[in-house]
Amino acid sequence: MIRSDVLRDIAPIIRDHLVVCNIGLPSQELHLIDDQPSNFYMLGTMGLSSSIGLGVALAQDKKVISIDGDGSVLTNFGTLPTIANNVADNFILLIIDNGSYGSTGDQPTYAGMKTSLTAVAKACGCENVVECQAEDTGRVLQEALDGNKMTIIVCKCESGNIKVPVITMDPVVIRDRFMKTAAG
Amino acid sequence: MSVSQKIVADLVANNIEFITTVPCKQLAGVIDEVEASPAIHHIPANKEDEGIGLCAGAWMGGKRPAIIMQNTAIGVVVNTLVTLTQFYRMPLPMLISYRGELREPVACQVEMAVHTKALLNQLHIPTYHFHKEADAAELDAILKYTFMCNKPVAILTDASFWGGYGDQ
Ligand SMILES: [Mg+2]
Repeated sequence: MIRSDVLRDIAPIIRDHLVVCNIGLPSQELHLIDDQPSNFYMLGTMGLSSSIGLGVALAQDKKVISIDGDGSVLTNFGTLPTIANNVADNFILLIIDNGSYGSTGDQPTYAGMKTSLTAVAKACGCENVVECQAEDTGRVLQEALDGNKMTIIVCKCESGNIKVPVITMDPVVIRDRFMKTAAG
Repeated sequence: MSVSQKIVADLVANNIEFITTVPCKQLAGVIDEVEASPAIHHIPANKEDEGIGLCAGAWMGGKRPAIIMQNTAIGVVVNTLVTLTQFYRMPLPMLISYRGELREPVACQVEMAVHTKALLNQLHIPTYHFHKEADAAELDAILKYTFMCNKPVAILTDASFWGGYGDQ
């Protein structure tokens, strides 16, 4: 399974929650598969999906799922200690770890080599860290939502991309409909 | 009331409830006041772009944010300010220690100080410079302005404003 297969699998599970989605292909794929006003698509700023999602979760009570990638977590490693030390039980960080920088042409990341993001998250103090295979992501994510505990999920999947159009929606529209859903 | 207490009182009076900080020696007093304030959720960040991401999320979640950081961070956060805060039109007061100004003891700080206002100007970020303690009287109006226009706004606070560096 590649990332777009995982997104297709979890779309029915995440559609009723606030979702912050990583820059590039992940946002474009989610937008194509199941566009929702509750989705915040990042159009710039690689690495901040988890930071933005944690901010949303700390500011209000609805559940928030940040969809991140291995490359993006590597670029903002400082986020993991911040998450660990500022627990929001309405927050789930889903790292889709395909061992590559998908949006830039599938260059390998260190997460696909010696570095385990699961081990790093645990070492940073995150308490509920679950590593799973791509096929199990939906079940693991549903359990995390039902568990009402802040959870970091590291989903190991294959690298590979599908052809998707860029998102042409205005950023202020994306932000405004997301905020209205969060406040609603 | 100390200047740090006055600053935090203005933040609270403007319903700012979520503040991220990356420390600077000059900002230690105001960060202590932020941490002590029951009205403010204080999240220390490891890097300023991470902090701006947290602030963006908090604002979308319904809480007014602010970030407290050093001017050297302007060199870190240009992309985040442009492609997140400005592109999505989000308000963000940035209380910034302006290192490398008069009375600065560390030469390297001057290297970033000479670029600070030029960078903020290039980014079209409204910028205010507190040089004397009385300048803080404008903070309340600056905060109202920030949440009126949904832009990042910089408040530079130099060594003279904070009363110098002690013995140095
Ligand atoms: Mg990847």
